[in-house]
Amino acid sequence: MTVAVLKLGNTKRKNVFLDKVKELLPDGGNLNACLTCGACASGCPATGLENMDPRKFLRMAALGMDEEIAKSDWPWMCTMCQRCIYVCPMQIDIPQLIFNARTLRPREERPSGILGSCDMAMRNESNSAMGASPEDFEFVVEDVLEEYQEAQPEFADMQAPIDKEGAQFFLNQNSREPVTEPDEMVPLWKILHLAGVDWTYGSRGWGGENYCMFLADDESWKKTTGITVDQANKLGCKTYLNTE
Amino acid sequence: MYEYYAKWIREGKLKVNSDWNKDLKIKFTVQDPCQIVRKSYGDPIAEDLRFVVKSVVGEENFVDMQPNKSNNYCCGGGGGFLQSGFKDQRLAYGKIKDEQIKATGADYCIAGCHNCHAQIHELSEHYGGNYPVVHLWTLICLSLGILGPNEREYLGDDLKEVNVFHPETAM
Repeated sequence: MTVAVLKLGNTKRKNVFLDKVKELLPDGGNLNACLTCGACASGCPATGLENMDPRKFLRMAALGMDEEIAKSDWPWMCTMCQRCIYVCPMQIDIPQLIFNARTLRPREERPSGILGSCDMAMRNESNSAMGASPEDFEFVVEDVLEEYQEAQPEFADMQAPIDKEGAQFFLNQNSREPVTEPDEMVPLWKILHLAGVDWTYGSRGWGGENYCMFLADDESWKKTTGITVDQANKLGCKTYLNTE
Repeated sequence: MYEYYAKWIREGKLKVNSDWNKDLKIKFTVQDPCQIVRKSYGDPIAEDLRFVVKSVVGEENFVDMQPNKSNNYCCGGGGGFLQSGFKDQRLAYGKIKDEQIKATGADYCIAGCHNCHAQIHELSEHYGGNYPVVHLWTLICLSLGILGPNEREYLGDDLKEVNVFHPETAM
């Protein structure tokens, strides 16, 4: 059986993708420092998917196989969890290579689910990947809060403030709870109430998801995150608090 | 958030205890979210997470995954994978996580991250482990005796009736 000869790099435009990413990263992401030891690939849950692994991906970039990289779906199956760089003796930033590989396709050709979630977040100022508006969010929060204040009198004084000025914590909220299972918001409210925490949601930028980042759409990512930061600053909150 | 939970417990603001699980002896393991542990705050926040978990379920009822903390495996729920449309590959990716969880012998997996929660929940059903996957806030409130009947979406049948706050409000 014969195997097709592997064509290494286009001599005219060698390593364009790798060079571009190196320019973006501190110390070039150490992308030239690979010892090919395979520690990354051996501890990566995405190894084997699409006949790819982190070492192979980096070698392909180093060999200038930009077209093959652009065609591969593998960058969408790597979660950029950073276990590869954590175990790498040379601290090679493969996750950044993956993130930038996602930009090699036009925006509209990236996975439709991620694209749709980013577009939803851009629809209004909630930043919700499920498209919930600030008004919807306020309605659900107030409705659920009232219900629990009545049903559980020990929590009659519990609050779930939106846009409370000067609160210490600006808390985000994954859309899943207000949109599909609102009762699941309550345990956290109770904890914050008992601990005497001064917190608030923001009517703008409350959504905790960030699918524009996953889409590698820097401009939209900057816009959505900017709304959250702006709202937290306007309210004078000191700490941005994620529910995780 | 885990560091604050730990702080509030240490300061006595959240008077949690694990008495509810003294006789039940239900075992729990915990998923270290990549974003919060390896990618952001490192092992110290993973220690805080364990302090909180042990405080609410009992030290003897906590079983760690191997490897763990900063060296933990990603479950496959992050990076947009959940919405990418590559479901078969995502489940294949998560097989290592499912096996890691089953190897602990734990009855429950705690997942504080929404993406981890959704992915591990699916892994549990897909690979037949059928271990419930719970948010940390659920267990904190359970241990405080303030978890109502309608706040138990992700608890298994073994915990639906335990320590119920205002059971008369069940919907």
